[in-house]
Amino acid sequence: MEKPLTQHMRGDGAPLSLKEYERAGGYQALRKALKEMEPKAITALVKESNLRGRGGAGFLTGMKWSFVPMNVPKPKYLICNADEMEPGTFKDRILLEQTPHQLIEGMILAAYAIQADQSYVFLRWAYKLAAKVITQAIEEAYAAGYLGKNILGSGFDLDMHLHTGVGRYMCGEETALLNSLEGKRATPRAKPPFPQISGLFGKPTIVNNVETLCCIPHIVNRGTDWFKNLSPGADAGTKIYGVSGKVKKPGAWELPMTVTVRELIEEYAGGMQDGLKFRGALPGGASTDFLVEEHLDVRMDYTGVAAAGSRLGTGTMIILDDHTSVVGFVRNLEHFFAQESCGFCTPCREGLPWIEKVLRTIEIGEGKPEDIKTLEFHTKYLGPGNTFCALAPGAMEPLQSALKYFRKDFEELIRHKISA
Amino acid sequence: MLTVEEKLEIDKAIHEVPVKKAACIEALKVVQQKRRWVSDESLKDIAAYMDMSPEELDSVATFYNLIFRRPVGRHIILICDSISCYVMGQEKLTDLITKQLGIRYGQTTLDGRYTFLPNPCLGTCDHAPALMIDNDLYRDVTAEQLEEILGKYA
Repeated sequence: MEKPLTQHMRGDGAPLSLKEYERAGGYQALRKALKEMEPKAITALVKESNLRGRGGAGFLTGMKWSFVPMNVPKPKYLICNADEMEPGTFKDRILLEQTPHQLIEGMILAAYAIQADQSYVFLRWAYKLAAKVITQAIEEAYAAGYLGKNILGSGFDLDMHLHTGVGRYMCGEETALLNSLEGKRATPRAKPPFPQISGLFGKPTIVNNVETLCCIPHIVNRGTDWFKNLSPGADAGTKIYGVSGKVKKPGAWELPMTVTVRELIEEYAGGMQDGLKFRGALPGGASTDFLVEEHLDVRMDYTGVAAAGSRLGTGTMIILDDHTSVVGFVRNLEHFFAQESCGFCTPCREGLPWIEKVLRTIEIGEGKPEDIKTLEFHTKYLGPGNTFCALAPGAMEPLQSALKYFRKDFEELIRHKISA
Repeated sequence: MLTVEEKLEIDKAIHEVPVKKAACIEALKVVQQKRRWVSDESLKDIAAYMDMSPEELDSVATFYNLIFRRPVGRHIILICDSISCYVMGQEKLTDLITKQLGIRYGQTTLDGRYTFLPNPCLGTCDHAPALMIDNDLYRDVTAEQLEEILGKYA
């Protein structure tokens, strides 16, 4: 089983130095690309590889790049979205902390493909170690001639900057991230125009997730057939999966995208803690629908999880056990979304706090039978198409599926007026 | 008044961006790092320096979780209150901190030693519950460890 993204990690949590990365074949893809490949050929290769964005939305990466106009004056921007803030998600942290040069090489290749001359790593504030590691790696890359003017004698120039955010979930939404980089409130922008045409400071811009960018050097090195064959199913490449909650061994693993929910929980995470039963899981972060027992053999790829009524999202799963209150679990999620709503559009700004309040009322044993109807109304009213961005619809996914699969939990608290 | 040192650091950030205003978050960070929080007076000074109105800068400053517009203590305790930590017992830890220090979320101890705040997912969910004090991350935190951890910060 191949693990291109993580196989060279040292195992002690320390970052691979530039020398270690080069010894493991690092920056060979960049040398090859700059010497032998036209920018458009790289975009075509990534398109052909079927790589889909690993930040949660799953859009085809090569397709995204292909919308960038090529014969326009500089600047153009390539941005790495390292604002990992989806609750339950901790996969990009590992890549940032342990293989910084893999990310930087992926960014240089992506920038070359779209002919960007400026690049940013947009890192969340809390990742202090990653900030240190990336800062040093960028310096090393400049010193080695992988960044700056005339990279490896190719005539291609690229600068790279690290931007540390000041905390807001919205910054993970790509157009909100651009506003934040411009020194504004991180509210999302209307699309079109798409960032590929008019992004940072109105210039063509690509925003890609950390894990997505880390795949690029391997695709350039090993080719599209190899990349597709990493996962024998419908999707290409490996995925870093995670499991958190009351399992025996929470953690993250790079695996083919054919692994099932059951395998992840039982084989990799060691099964449930003693005395606890599995009730459900959010497969890809807080903004995904619950999967329950009947879905244990669902494949953790984009199509498999979608067919089960949820989304692969970030691929980092949060487990709900039978000793944790469902209503409390969902209330915690909705509290997060209510707090992190940017307040720009009304359904989200007003709806999410209302939902949180109703859930809290039920949780403390003061709920009324009609509260469930209020919650159900919101799952529609804050659904796709009714809000400016995807935050509120995402927030409705765990709620609507909790009402579907765990309705009795809500009803019992209301009927018996007991607190969770 | 911004100090010479603050101005130099802000200038460096301005130099990196094509539009001056784009460096305003960096400017807030610079001042907060020196003064722990951004007072109304600091905000006005930064705004003037960035060619912005104080209102515009405040709309940015108040948007972000980690720009402090109220005084904070010498050490900031950020407890992760998101889902994986919640499942792993975060609420008990929160209660315990409140009990030990006598402060709730948003409050500062009378001696100005700690400010206690909740924080969205710290991204270390396989080692929940987690908290950060200043720049230090603590993972798999147990009730028993709490006193020792807090004691490290004078």
